[in-house]
Amino acid sequence: MRLSGSSGLRVPIGAALAAPALAYALLLLAVPLAALAVLSFWTQDYLHLDRTFTLENFRGAWTEPIYRVLMLRSLGVSALVTAITILIAIPMACFVSFHVKPERKPLWVFLVTVPFWTSYLLRIFLWKVILGYNGVVNGTLTGLGIIQEPLAFILYNLSAVVVTLSHAWVPLAFLPIFISLERVDRALLDAAADLGENAASRFLRVTLPLAMPGIAGAALIVFVPTVGDYVTPKLVGGPEGLLIANMIELQFKSANNAPLGAALAASAMLVVGAIAVLILWLCRRHLWTIRP
Amino acid sequence: MIRRFNWLVPYAAGFLAFLYAPALLLPVFAVNDSSVVAFPLKGITLDWFRILLDSTALHSAAMNSVAVAASASVGSTILGLGAARAIARHRFALKKGIIGFIMIPLVLPEIIVGVSMLVLLLTLGLELSLWSIVLGHILICTPFSIIVLSAAFANLDRNLEEAAIDLGETVWSSFRRVTLPLVAPGIAASLLITFTISFDEFIIAFFLAGTETTLPVYIWSQLRFPARLPSVMALGTLILAASLALLVLAERLRRRVASAGPSAPEPGAP
Repeated sequence: MRLSGSSGLRVPIGAALAAPALAYALLLLAVPLAALAVLSFWTQDYLHLDRTFTLENFRGAWTEPIYRVLMLRSLGVSALVTAITILIAIPMACFVSFHVKPERKPLWVFLVTVPFWTSYLLRIFLWKVILGYNGVVNGTLTGLGIIQEPLAFILYNLSAVVVTLSHAWVPLAFLPIFISLERVDRALLDAAADLGENAASRFLRVTLPLAMPGIAGAALIVFVPTVGDYVTPKLVGGPEGLLIANMIELQFKSANNAPLGAALAASAMLVVGAIAVLILWLCRRHLWTIRP
Repeated sequence: MIRRFNWLVPYAAGFLAFLYAPALLLPVFAVNDSSVVAFPLKGITLDWFRILLDSTALHSAAMNSVAVAASASVGSTILGLGAARAIARHRFALKKGIIGFIMIPLVLPEIIVGVSMLVLLLTLGLELSLWSIVLGHILICTPFSIIVLSAAFANLDRNLEEAAIDLGETVWSSFRRVTLPLVAPGIAASLLITFTISFDEFIIAFFLAGTETTLPVYIWSQLRFPARLPSVMALGTLILAASLALLVLAERLRRRVASAGPSAPEPGAP
């Protein structure tokens, strides 16, 4: 691999260096996704796999009320979680970006993101402990004499799912917003202040529009993965809090109907992908309008 | 500006409290002398930790997890090294598209990765084993490795490498003797972070596990039995402490490469 001259450092080596990672992603992401897509057009009767092409699975996935309910519920939960995490993360990102001394920023970013790396399963499970019948919330409220009987309605419903997911994903919403705030030219903020904007209007008219790419990024990396979560609904959702991912898991595991599961997974991906593209498109359009 | 944003200080404190409060329950219930995971607390005991010592299923799951995480971290860091180097130093056709594709697992729901790999492995007639989990984990860990390593490469002074080549080193030997030692902390950080991700990953492992399971899959199976919950809390405490130690170490290494870059020379450097 000896090279002559610096121009040789450009074209071939870069592609060659990225090739193993690309080949891996093709073999273990693109090929499996294609296999999933193919499977979704087949049918399965217990252990027998029928390889005749059919749209039956998709017809079921898109028309049967149960799947539609679960799908819409999943999208609603993810949208709500996305909105909540972004709203909670914005002030924190503002704090770290504008208020913390530059040399302390890495420490703060580390503090905010560390929980995201630590056992997902246990973090979800702990919310069951917090919201449970004898959990932290009920225990404290009864202990203080505010309520006589433990509140049964705080666990095993959709709100518990939303709270738990928001807590689990807020570190990830923080990161892109923080990064986009770091790129904001501080002179623009000073200029806005000099021109007589107060803190609130400066935030709404200068900081927030400039943070939009980060907010769109946060929306993507929270909305898309949360649609696939089946652990949270299973642990804290109860029967009314089940989501589309639980149905996918059920079809692949105990219901033994992988083709239907594949059709559900493919449908969910299509819908989520379309929404992701829409978010990106809106963001881009928005960026064009604010550009002078 | 600092005066104006003052209300953000209590907000930040509340934010961190909200973020960390649930995790603090782990050690509390791990030493609580009651078989019910609920308030009010009873006395203090170490029994729940002692139970962990006796469970052979737990020990084999833990050993499996270490083996899977070690393989996944080495595999993803090797793939990440090449890709990160390409991102930081080279221009090539379709670069954006190729890198974007490699990064997709960052946003893809893990259930999709899990079921699609399951379908492929079963179609090919392959047995599910710890190796199938490793394959899935390498896929999701590689983007994180690339993020860590491309920062390390970007902070590297390219004059040093060019000087080595001018002095007669080959591209490979200058990489091995100059570049590699300089980005070594970044590589170590990548290994630690990907190890942590793989060690804690549940969703993919749940779909791709054969007869042998990893620690999160074992914990999942224990959550069904209320009587086992206190020892799960004890186990969780240990996992949390270990993850935290690895991440702190990774962060220190990562910052060492960040501060050794050409833009910000280390104050103590000769």
